[in-house]
Amino acid sequence: MTPDDANKTGYRAAAKGGLWRWINHRLPVDTFWRSQLSEYYAPKNFNIWYFFGSLALLVLVLQLVTGIFLTMFYKVGAATSFDSVEFIMREVRFGWLIRYLHSAGASAFFIVVYLHMYRALLYGSYKAPRELLWLFGMIIYLALMAEAFLGYVLPWGNMSFWAATVIINLFGTIPGIGPGLVEWIRGDYGIADATLNRFFSLHVVAVPLVLLLLVALHLVALHEVGSNNPDGVEIKHKKDARGRPLDGIPFHPYYTVKDIVGVCVFLTLLAIVVFFVPTFGDLFLEKANFEPANPLSTPDPISPSWYFTPYYAILRAVPDQRIGALLMLIAVVSFFFLPWLDRSPVKSMRYRGWISRTFLALFTVSFLALMYLGLQPAQEPFVTMARIFAVPYFAYFWLMPFYSRIDAVKPVPERVTFHG
Amino acid sequence: MTEIGAIADPQQPEIDPGRRKFLTVATGATATVGVVLAAIPFVESWTPSERARALGAPVEVDLSKLAVGQMITPTWRLQPIYIVRRDTAQVDKLPQNDARLKDPKSEHSIQPPYARNEMRARRADVLVLIGICTHLGCLPKQFFDAGDPVLGADWPGGFRCPCHGSRFDLAGRVMNGSPAPTNLSIPPYSFRGQDTLIIGTDETTAKGTA
Repeated sequence: MTPDDANKTGYRAAAKGGLWRWINHRLPVDTFWRSQLSEYYAPKNFNIWYFFGSLALLVLVLQLVTGIFLTMFYKVGAATSFDSVEFIMREVRFGWLIRYLHSAGASAFFIVVYLHMYRALLYGSYKAPRELLWLFGMIIYLALMAEAFLGYVLPWGNMSFWAATVIINLFGTIPGIGPGLVEWIRGDYGIADATLNRFFSLHVVAVPLVLLLLVALHLVALHEVGSNNPDGVEIKHKKDARGRPLDGIPFHPYYTVKDIVGVCVFLTLLAIVVFFVPTFGDLFLEKANFEPANPLSTPDPISPSWYFTPYYAILRAVPDQRIGALLMLIAVVSFFFLPWLDRSPVKSMRYRGWISRTFLALFTVSFLALMYLGLQPAQEPFVTMARIFAVPYFAYFWLMPFYSRIDAVKPVPERVTFHG
Repeated sequence: MTEIGAIADPQQPEIDPGRRKFLTVATGATATVGVVLAAIPFVESWTPSERARALGAPVEVDLSKLAVGQMITPTWRLQPIYIVRRDTAQVDKLPQNDARLKDPKSEHSIQPPYARNEMRARRADVLVLIGICTHLGCLPKQFFDAGDPVLGADWPGGFRCPCHGSRFDLAGRVMNGSPAPTNLSIPPYSFRGQDTLIIGTDETTAKGTA
C-alpha cells in the first residue's frame, strides 16, 4: 500500500482533526499521556520519602547530559586520560562546571537511591505485589555501582588506578577461574591502557544502555502494580463508580507539580556542593586522585568512594580473603531477598511492632556506622567495630523470617491516613 | 486442528504440531550454537593483546649496586618486583617467625620449586618477590627494621600493606591475622653470573613461555 492509497482508504480523517489527530492515529501519544500521567492514580498520602524516585530519574538525565559533554573533551588512554581531565578543568570553558556536576552527580545519585531504597524498607514497598518492581530496582542499584566504579577509573588518577586494582582482584577470589578471569578483565598483566579503554566503552555505552532499559522496566512494573504508600494500603481495593481509586489522585498535575518542588530543592543543594564544596571534604573527589596513576605507589590510606564503604568495611573485617569477599557479596545481595524474607502481614512500619522497628533502627545505625568505618584506615579499633556492626546488619535480613512473623501488628486502616 | 464453527481454509493444509515443534527446537538450537560460537572472538578480544604479551618478556636487573638492607623495584609484566638484599642475620632469624605465620612452609603459596624453602629464595642474600599483596593487589610497603615504632616491639621486620593491613616477614610470608591468604608470590627467575638477575625465566621456562 503506497502512502497515497493510505490517504484514500480512511486516514483522511486525520486532516479534519489536524496534525495532533494525525499523529495519534499513528502513535498513541494521547492514550499514553492519559494512561500513564493524567489518569494514572497515585495514593494521595505521599510524604517526603516519595520525592526520591523522580529525583533519581532527574540525576540520571543530569549524568547522561554532563557525560555526553565530558566525552567531547576527554581523551581515553593511559597516556592522555589524566591530562585531558585537567584540560577539561582548566582550559575548556565551563569544563569545571560540567565535570563537577558529573562527579557530584555520581554521589547525589547514591544519596537519592539510598533514600529511595530506605523508603521501601520503611513502608514495605518490596512486598507483594511489588516484588518484581523491587528486583528491577535492585538490579538498577547493581548497574549503578558498576557504572560508578567504571567512571571512577576514567580520570586515571592514582586512586582510580588502585581502586581498579582492588576491585578487579576481588574477582580473583573466585575458586578455580579467579586468576584467569582477572587477567581477562584487565586485558594485560596489570591494570593498563587496555583496561582503561574497555572501562571507557562500558561506562559510556554498555552500562548506560542497560540502565535505561532497566529504568524503563522499573517504571512499567510500577505503573502496572501502582505505588505503595506510607500506610501500606492498596488504593485499588476501594474504587468509585467510575473505577477510580478513592484514595488516588492523578499523577499529573498533582505529583508532577509536587515533584518539581522537590527538584528545585535538590538542584539548590547540588549547586551549593558544585560551587562551594565540589570535593566535599575528600568524599566526592579524593586528594590522591589529583595525582596521575602510579603503578608503583599505593596511596596510603586507600578507601573507596563513600557509597561503597559499608560493604568495604565488611570485606576488611574478615581476616580470611575468600570469606570476606563472600560476606561482602551477601551484604549486597541480601536486599534482593527482602520480599521473601519479610513474613509480616502488614507492609508499613507504622503498623508493625517494636521488634521490627528495633531491627530496622539497628540496621540503619549499622549501615551508617559501617559507612564511616569503611572510610577509616585498616587498623584497630575500626576493624573490631566493623565486626560488631556487621552482626545487626546481617541480622536485619536473615532473622527477618522469624521476627517479622512473631512481631505484634496494629490494625491497618481501610483507607489511607494523613498522620503517622 | 480446526475449531468447531471456524471456517476452514481449503488452501490451508492441516497443521502438523510435531513438525512445528521440531522446526522451532531445531532453529532455536542452531541459533544458540551460532550465538555461542560468535561470542568467542568477542570474549577472546579481552585477553592480553599480542603487544602486551610481547612486552611481558623477561627483564634483566643489575644487582652489583644493591647494598644490604636495600630494595629495588623493577617491573615485570606491569608488576613491581621487590628485590631485597638480606644479610645473614636477617635470614638466620626467619625461622623464629614460623609460629606467627599462616603458611610458614609455603605449601599454599605461589612460587617456583627452588623458592619453596625457609628463606623463599634461590640465594639467601637476594629475596625476589612480586610486590603485590595477595589479598587485593595493593603494594605492601617496606618496614625492614625489627621493632618498628609504628608496628610494635614484636615486629620482626618485613612488609605491611597500606590497604587492608596485611603483614609479611622478610621472606614475604604472611602473618596470622592478615586478610591476605597466602605468602607474597615469587616469579620465575634465574641468575647469570653473580650480579645479573633475570626475572621471568628459569630452567623450566627457558623457552620464554613464562
